Formats: sequence, C-alpha cells, structure tokens
Amino acid sequence: MNKPLTILYFAWLRERVGRSQEELHLSPGIHTVADLVTYLADRGAGYATAFQNRRTIRCAVNQEFADPDAAVHPGDEIAFFPPVTGG
Amino acid sequence: MARISVQTEDFDIGAEIAALTAGRTDIGGIGCFIGTVRDQPGPRDAAASPPVVAMTLEHYPGMTERAIERIVTSAEARWPLLGCTVIHRVGTLRAGENIVLVIAASSHRQAALDATAFLIDWLKTKAPFWKREEFVDGQGTWVEAQEADDDAAARWQSL
Repeated sequence: MNKPLTILYFAWLRERVGRSQEELHLSPGIHTVADLVTYLADRGAGYATAFQNRRTIRCAVNQEFADPDAAVHPGDEIAFFPPVTGG
Repeated sequence: MARISVQTEDFDIGAEIAALTAGRTDIGGIGCFIGTVRDQPGPRDAAASPPVVAMTLEHYPGMTERAIERIVTSAEARWPLLGCTVIHRVGTLRAGENIVLVIAASSHRQAALDATAFLIDWLKTKAPFWKREEFVDGQGTWVEAQEADDDAAARWQSL
C-alpha cells in the first residue's frame, strides 16, 4: 500500500470543505495537483463549492508553492488555500 | 542571523530593536515597519461595510516559517544587512493591535529602508497567512488579495 497524501485546507477552503486536514490514497490517474483538484471537486457539495473557482485557489506541495501542473507523489503534503493576505 | 517569529502574543518594538543592536557599533541605520489592525476594511469593501472590530490571522505552521526565512534570505542577497527581525502575530487581534513587525539594520539608511519595504511587500504576497475581518455587526469575511500588493511585491523583482 502506498503512503497516503496528507491534504491540508486553509481559510475559506477549510470552511467550505468542512475539515482542516485529511489523508487520501492516490487513485490511479492522479499525477498532478490539477488532477487532484478535479478528483476532490467531485467528492461532495462542500468540496464542489470549495474548488468551484480554480483561479482563486493556490497550492503548496511539501510546503512549497506549486503550480497546477506540479507532480503529486505518495506521502506528499498537499495544501490548498486562497491567495495569501498576511502582513 | 535573522530573528523570525510567528506568535500569538504582542511584541515590544523597543526591546526588539535593543536586542538587534546590542553590542554592535557597525549599524548606521535601522528601518522599521509595524502593521496594525485598522478599523476600516480594504478599499474593495470600504463603502458597504461596517467598522472592523477584530481580525483573525490564520497561517500554515511550518511553511510559514520557511517562507519567511526565504524572504529574509532574498533581502540579505539584495542589501548588506547587519540584522533583521520579522515577527508576525496569528490568532484574533482587536482593532488597533499590532499584526507584524519588520526591522532591517544596515550600515546606511537606504539599504535599511529599502530592505524594510521589500520585506513587508514580500511578506504580504509570499508567506501563507490569511486574514478574516470581523465587523461590528458580528459578520465576518475573508480578506481578498489585492492586485496592488502583487504590484508592490513585483517592483522588487528586477533588483
């Protein structure tokens, strides 16, 4: 069995998904962040709302900002969040 | 060696500057920026919105510290810094409270001032923090990223 992904959600993505963290085993066909977003968006109403507008979603793979075409591997920590607003 | 902290508690600006300069005689200029919770929301929502009473700062523990370290490293590559402090608060902060402190020290003022501006511009666009404003009527909303912040961060790219 492959190591699961750890998926983290922040800010309004966390609120819409209804959780801050979950583990997920990579399904066949998920190779990139974009593949994962498509998969997650199909998991229910909260996910569909959270991932509705992909232009407003940013991602980090293993705590580094990542583009939609970034590769996803078993055991990775993947985070989804809105554009940052600190400072 | 920079001091970086992500914390819930407030910071003491005088104590931070004293710690950065202690025992040193080579520093000639210290730049300092303090961000505070404003009671008015951002320009996008200002007209329609009631006053802001508090702001909740969420962050990505682990990645936040790494992102700030990287921003500080970028500043150190651009200017001859002799000291640097970045403290960013998280949790719920009332209007008027401190959010963020940036201090940059160099032998001359221009490097200290420019590095301070660079650090806060990049913090706003490259570190994983999110602000949620809470209004006097009990409603709340996540602050949206501003294009002006991206523009401010981008002006340092060519340096």
